[in-house]
Amino acid sequence: MEKTNFVINSNKKIASDVYEMKLSGSVKDFTAPGQFVNIAIEGLYLRRPISVCNIEAKENGQGELTLIYKVVGKGTEKMSAMTEGTVLSLLTALGNGFDTKRCEKSALVVGGGVGVPPMYGVTKKLIEEGKKVTAVLGFNGAGDVFYEEEFKKLGAKTVVTTADGSYGIKGFVTDAIKIMETEGGEAYDFDETFACGPEPMLKALYNATDITGQYSFEERMGCGFGACMGCSCKTKYGNKRICKDGPVLVKEEIIW
Amino acid sequence: MVSLKTKLGDWELDNPIIPASGTFGFGYEFAELYDINMLGTFSFKGTTKEARFGNDTPRIAECTAGMINSVGLQNPGVEAVMEKELPKLAKVFNKKVIANISGFSEEEYVYCAEKIGKSDMVGIVEVNISCPNVHNGGMSFGTSAESAEKITAAVKKVTDKTVYVKLSPNVTNIVEIAKGCEAGGADGLSLINTMMGMRINLKTKKPVIANKMGGFSGPAIFPVAVRMVYQVYEAVKLPIIGMGGVSSAEDVIEMMLAGASAVQVGAENLVNPYACKDIIEALPGAMEKYGINNLYDIIGGAH
Ligand SMILES: Cc1cc2nc3c(=O)[nH]c(=O)nc-3n(C[C@H](O)[C@H](O)[C@H](O)COP(=O)(O)OP(=O)(O)OC[C@H]3O[C@@H](n4cnc5c(N)ncnc54)[C@H](O)[C@@H]3O)c2cc1C
Ligand SMILES: Cc1cc2nc3c(=O)[nH]c(=O)nc-3n(C[C@H](O)[C@H](O)[C@H](O)COP(=O)(O)O)c2cc1C
Ligand code: FES
Repeated sequence: MEKTNFVINSNKKIASDVYEMKLSGSVKDFTAPGQFVNIAIEGLYLRRPISVCNIEAKENGQGELTLIYKVVGKGTEKMSAMTEGTVLSLLTALGNGFDTKRCEKSALVVGGGVGVPPMYGVTKKLIEEGKKVTAVLGFNGAGDVFYEEEFKKLGAKTVVTTADGSYGIKGFVTDAIKIMETEGGEAYDFDETFACGPEPMLKALYNATDITGQYSFEERMGCGFGACMGCSCKTKYGNKRICKDGPVLVKEEIIW
Repeated sequence: MVSLKTKLGDWELDNPIIPASGTFGFGYEFAELYDINMLGTFSFKGTTKEARFGNDTPRIAECTAGMINSVGLQNPGVEAVMEKELPKLAKVFNKKVIANISGFSEEEYVYCAEKIGKSDMVGIVEVNISCPNVHNGGMSFGTSAESAEKITAAVKKVTDKTVYVKLSPNVTNIVEIAKGCEAGGADGLSLINTMMGMRINLKTKKPVIANKMGGFSGPAIFPVAVRMVYQVYEAVKLPIIGMGGVSSAEDVIEMMLAGASAVQVGAENLVNPYACKDIIEALPGAMEKYGINNLYDIIGGAH
């Protein structure tokens, strides 16, 4: 973890209520995709946790972070109005992140809504490691879809679902996965799942597949770095803090 | 050269800054960021007889200039604290610490105090009779002068350590409770714990926190804390550790003028993990600005 200032390079709308922010600063402490930052926002007491979507590392530990966030309340509303050049205080490299080494050959990457952003970083790393990736991205409707092209550019087989059927496959991510399972063979040869999204999606996925995997969770946070016990959850491996021992839990330890 | 030194009874501290219980874990998260030996000392997470998971989540709600927590005393239990946490802490902290304890019955307080009092690392046992986040415990002992006196006396009987009692602001008259603790033999007082608060989510139209209510703290409660420290200082002869909303060197000076011998910093550590370090480093400048050479001399100066 590092407490450090970042400068906003760009901040633009990429889907309904969803923004992509790029910022420059020190990225030296990041160790894995799926880690998050905690952002101080002027006028608000608590920091706001947002997952890292992508890191473009430059020299001397500096680099550019991409964050994707949905406007849901005061903090994200303020973020959406921020302009290029604005300086933000971030706590960086929080949480454990995903362990891409647990995947041997072929990964099923699943993202739902604003759970999609961290899956971009995971996909990028898996592909760099020479693994095959199938990404299933779930949204509510056509207006909510983002980053389909970006996943394709990384080289992932990318499938989009929308709940209302206005784009891609109609239904939930699990419906798309059922289709792959029925097809079988190459289409369903995964040895690890990586997932982030709303809890009902994670639970449906957990029940829908027998594949081992890593699931990223959300909780209201006080600190984001393990000091307050605000974000605890019970797992089969004991009590964990989502912010420090998570946000990624392995499938074997999850208790719903 | 200004002096930041202060004293809690006969324990001399390098400076008055003490991270508050529940906001600093057992220190290691912060030791990764800076040398925590620069602190006056620190108060570790509230410890109980048995291990506790605490309350359901969400446990945190944001407020204007503050936050509500309903952690509910999550801790591994006093034995695990002594066997696992304190030895780990000893590697990164070489001063004595404040052991914050809590319980659901007099017997549990006594049990914890007796155990933790055996550790050489403990300088003060801070008896939390003011946790608003657990039923039938914690705070109920801190809301009457008689029960406060009784718990204090019971704890004093089983440990040779200095005993500070931590008071709740959720009472009609904090001075009466403070006097009860003094009568029970307390060596000092810590105040204030969090204030009972609540937030409701307008979208779901339900309380934000699973436990509905929780403890409100942060800069918003600072004036209440200053007032209570001021009142208690007038009424008892015990040293006071003042806390509640402290977030700057100026706040520390104000709290000491009200009557605090040392100051705890709570919620601020969560939003700025360097809060205590920043405050310690800002103190000399703030002291010079207000013509203070020796912090110890200003304790109770507003009276
Ligand atoms: C580890 C982690 C990673 C996240 N990554 C992303 C991401 O990449 N993109 C994205 O859009 N969102 C993400 N979120 C959710 C995001 O933190 C919330 O949407 C955001 O904090 C809402 O702030 P607000 O001020 O707009 O909302 P408000 O409702 O005004 O916030 C009030 C308080 O509630 C907290 N809060 C509200 N919703 C959530 C939530 N869903 N999870 C946790 N805390 C919440 C806020 O942090 C704040 O303390 C993530 C959450 C966590 C825990
Ligand atoms: C997340 C959190 C956890 C806390 N846990 C404890 C605890 O275990 N024991 C205790 O005596 N006080 C606990 N407190 C209260 C603080 O120690 C302090 O008395 C209070 O928060 C007021 O200070 P502040 O406004 O600086 O936060 C907790 C406070 C917070 C914010
Ligand atoms: S948010 Fe403070 S411990 Fe996780």
